Amino acid sequence: MNNFQSLRLFVPEFVILGTVIVAIIADLCYSNRKSYRVSYWVLAGLILAWLALWLSSPEQVTSLFLNSLALDPFSRIFKFVILLATIIVVLMSLRTEELANVRIGEYFALMTVMVLGLFLMTSSVDLIMIYLSIEVVSIVSFILAGYLKVQVRSNEASLKYVIYGAFSSGIMLYGLSLLFGLTGTTKLFEIRDAISSLGGEGNLTLTVATIFIMAGFGYKISAVPFHFWTPDVYEGAPTPITAYLSVAPKAAGFALLIRFFNSLFGVGEALNTTVWQTLEGLPWQHLIAAISAITMILGNLAAIQQSNIKRLLAYSSIAHAGYILMGIPVLSHQGIYGIIFYIVVYLFMQLGAFFVVIIISNKYKTELIKEYSGIGFKSPFLGILMALFMFSLTGIPPTAGFIGKFYLFAALIDGGPQFYWLAMVGVINSVISLYYYMRVVKVMFFEGESQSEFYLPSKLTTSLLLALGIPTILFGVYWSPIAKWVHNSLTFFVARM
Amino acid sequence: MDLNILSWIIWLPIIGIIAIFLIPRDKGNIVKIVAAVATGLQLWMVIVLWVQFDSSYVGFQFEQKVNWIPSFNIQYYLGVDGLSLPMVLLTALLSFLGIFVSWKTEKAIKGYFALFLLLDAGMAGVFLSLDFFLFYVFWEVMLLPMYFLIGIWGGPQREYAAIKFFLYTLFGSVLMLIAMLALYFACGRTFDMVHMMATAPTQLAGIMWWGFDALKVIWILLFITFAIKVPIFPFHTWLPLAHVEAPTAVSVILAGVLLKMGTYGMLRISYPMLPDGAVWFAGALAVLAMINIIWGALCALAQTDLKKLIAYSSINHMGYVLLGMAAVVAAGAKYDSNLIAAQAGMNGAVLQMFNHGTITAMLFILVGVIYDRAHHRNIDGFGGLGVRMPIYAGIVALAFFAGLGLPGLSGFISEAMCFIGAFPVYRAIVIASTLGILLNASYFLWAFQRIFMGKLNKKYADLPEINSREIFTLVPLGTLVVILGIYPAPVLNVMKSTLAHLIEIVQSSHLLTLY
Repeated sequence: MNNFQSLRLFVPEFVILGTVIVAIIADLCYSNRKSYRVSYWVLAGLILAWLALWLSSPEQVTSLFLNSLALDPFSRIFKFVILLATIIVVLMSLRTEELANVRIGEYFALMTVMVLGLFLMTSSVDLIMIYLSIEVVSIVSFILAGYLKVQVRSNEASLKYVIYGAFSSGIMLYGLSLLFGLTGTTKLFEIRDAISSLGGEGNLTLTVATIFIMAGFGYKISAVPFHFWTPDVYEGAPTPITAYLSVAPKAAGFALLIRFFNSLFGVGEALNTTVWQTLEGLPWQHLIAAISAITMILGNLAAIQQSNIKRLLAYSSIAHAGYILMGIPVLSHQGIYGIIFYIVVYLFMQLGAFFVVIIISNKYKTELIKEYSGIGFKSPFLGILMALFMFSLTGIPPTAGFIGKFYLFAALIDGGPQFYWLAMVGVINSVISLYYYMRVVKVMFFEGESQSEFYLPSKLTTSLLLALGIPTILFGVYWSPIAKWVHNSLTFFVARM
Repeated sequence: MDLNILSWIIWLPIIGIIAIFLIPRDKGNIVKIVAAVATGLQLWMVIVLWVQFDSSYVGFQFEQKVNWIPSFNIQYYLGVDGLSLPMVLLTALLSFLGIFVSWKTEKAIKGYFALFLLLDAGMAGVFLSLDFFLFYVFWEVMLLPMYFLIGIWGGPQREYAAIKFFLYTLFGSVLMLIAMLALYFACGRTFDMVHMMATAPTQLAGIMWWGFDALKVIWILLFITFAIKVPIFPFHTWLPLAHVEAPTAVSVILAGVLLKMGTYGMLRISYPMLPDGAVWFAGALAVLAMINIIWGALCALAQTDLKKLIAYSSINHMGYVLLGMAAVVAAGAKYDSNLIAAQAGMNGAVLQMFNHGTITAMLFILVGVIYDRAHHRNIDGFGGLGVRMPIYAGIVALAFFAGLGLPGLSGFISEAMCFIGAFPVYRAIVIASTLGILLNASYFLWAFQRIFMGKLNKKYADLPEINSREIFTLVPLGTLVVILGIYPAPVLNVMKSTLAHLIEIVQSSHLLTLY
């Protein structure tokens, strides 16, 4: 579709762009103390974008702006996930005391810029577009991670993030340029056709390019060995931003990764068939399987050692990237289905866990797990919810986390004995992860039983926590609606050349 | 959707939990009464079920089938047969008594009883599910309350015991998850156990994974799951710790019901779905049974902590169950299709599951009684208590004798049946295992002697006698032990036709003719 025709289908993005501008202007009008009110404009804009997205046709499959962006149900569901995560995180940001004494207007404006970048990430089918969208997201994340300007650890987080970010996008850019050099085009589908016409020639270059590009994706989803920034950034960044980074960019990163590998290395109309094939001589799915296994193992083993809850959740989010990656190597619709389903439920449990961390840090001024002792008795509401999120992250029924894992394992088993080993690694890792998740629960419930004060968070906080907690358990018991929604989202844009 | 009697049995405790949450924090007694009413109603329903149960019918009764997640072919499918009915009765009975055993709980009463009811619901769900996915969900749901019950209300080492229990069982469960998915795809994408039992043996035949028979791989995965639960040596190390640290009522449930889930799972899932695996593994199972019997007894002999002694005696007693289960191959051609032996073994195994449930529950309640008074459980720390607490001593004597398999009490009959069944097949193993009986008698009698005989320990000169609430919790169990010891037919009749059918399924395995 040409540029003018495309504009009509670009409404949600325009709404977000408008929101960015409104937010910046609004920020100028408010005094320091009232700058948090920018969030109202941003929330309104995000809800408007949600509506625009809702009203857009769910079955539309086309490309925009001369084949540089894909518009399909697959990107649509990710956009919903991103919007939902952003709305929740904006609300969380209003509840945290970390940000109480900073001018916060531009914080919300930046988050909206990030949403735009994430939207583009989910639908890029052009090398330039891929790079640009990743960079938009990264640069905004750098600023947001360092938003607590007076705190050393926030600065450190930002700087580390910048260095790792620059490094991995450099490598990725090199990979992209190799790809361009080999094929002479930046459009993914043209590259695919050019590769198949090479007929195995240049496979070595392709392999190298794939590994290099994986560095960029791996950095966004924090997969080993591109994860080194994660713990420090997660620890140093303001907690709502940590929560946000662990969900939204990760989701977009997975969308991009799936789209990239499918469009590029799937033979025929790979994306729309139940089982795809890969180019001969280029078994990239084994590369992903290996990364998945290592990511899980390393994330979980490192999480065991952590004493700070944010770092623990950082490593756990690395491990979760590993679980989610399990859906890719089997090269089936089932696998992608599992991934999307997992990301949807992961949104609730991960944001929920972080929100409890925020409330606890507001009330008890600590992020150290050992100082959580007795919270299960002092505030049963927070304790029970935290336990729920921990169980869900471990993947124990009847929580949504279990269903997410269940679909991933089902996809692996369905894919045949080739990747049974990965399923075994996955389940063993679930057991390992139980140990450190339960450590949080243990400290909250089994230690320090002073019943001195009884704490219940404010009504607004309570309802937001419930909004995250109820789906976590509800989708563990009855998840047909999501299953159906995800199922309908498995249509991709495929260009016929 | 209409709830049938089985659904009510599962969901009554859940209704109880909701009611408990609505009660204010300071009304502890009302919480206890609600819990007692919920489990009491459940028990009553199970008794109604027992009366209405048609024991001559092969197959499942009182079925309820509702689509749950159609896109993945998951159903809410319940049913009961002669194998699950005794287990459900055990669950309901021990849960009901467990409420009274924990009547004196003071810490976080609402939480305790809510979790206890959740545990109850989970256990009933495991025994009544006929959908593998539903079975798995209940199987795991049970772990959560167990973890908290041990971890919050347990003894000094409770944290370690709780996480060890959780890690072990979760490890088992995830292996079952893989096995379950493999069976799901092999049987044409269904979790319907009845359908899986019918198709799995043929569907899996001849499939190889990395050079191994698929069915053997699945069998091993399931076996590890269930072996951890039973527990079978060498997966037993979580058990003594968890039993000792758990509060009395939880130990009762743990030993009385949870251990049975391991053997129940084998009989419900592994045997009918993988009869070839059952035949292939029977010899190993018999050897493991022998190890359990002798090792459990030897460990029990070495204990100074009374609760630990009983925990190890559970390992020993579950060994008899395994031995009886291994006897199923007697129905094969090599042993002249000795159906009588196979039936004796299988019926003995299930009867032993039931009997051990009642006996071990008594034992743990009795340990709780003395611990509440003396605040320790060191066997050598008592002495001469028979003078001070004659009624208590009498009940303990009954429970100990039942535990060591005295003829006339229920344990004897089921143990004897297991041995009779296994004898034609595993002569040497059975002979060696009888040594376990001897050791059994020694540790029980020796412990009895040290606690109740001899000179009265001055420290306990005015230890109060067992009270009426405690006697109330023991009377139903004691009655069952005595009645089933003289006349076991009521329980045997219920399970007979189901188990005969199970033996037929195993008989159909082609491996059995090769044996």
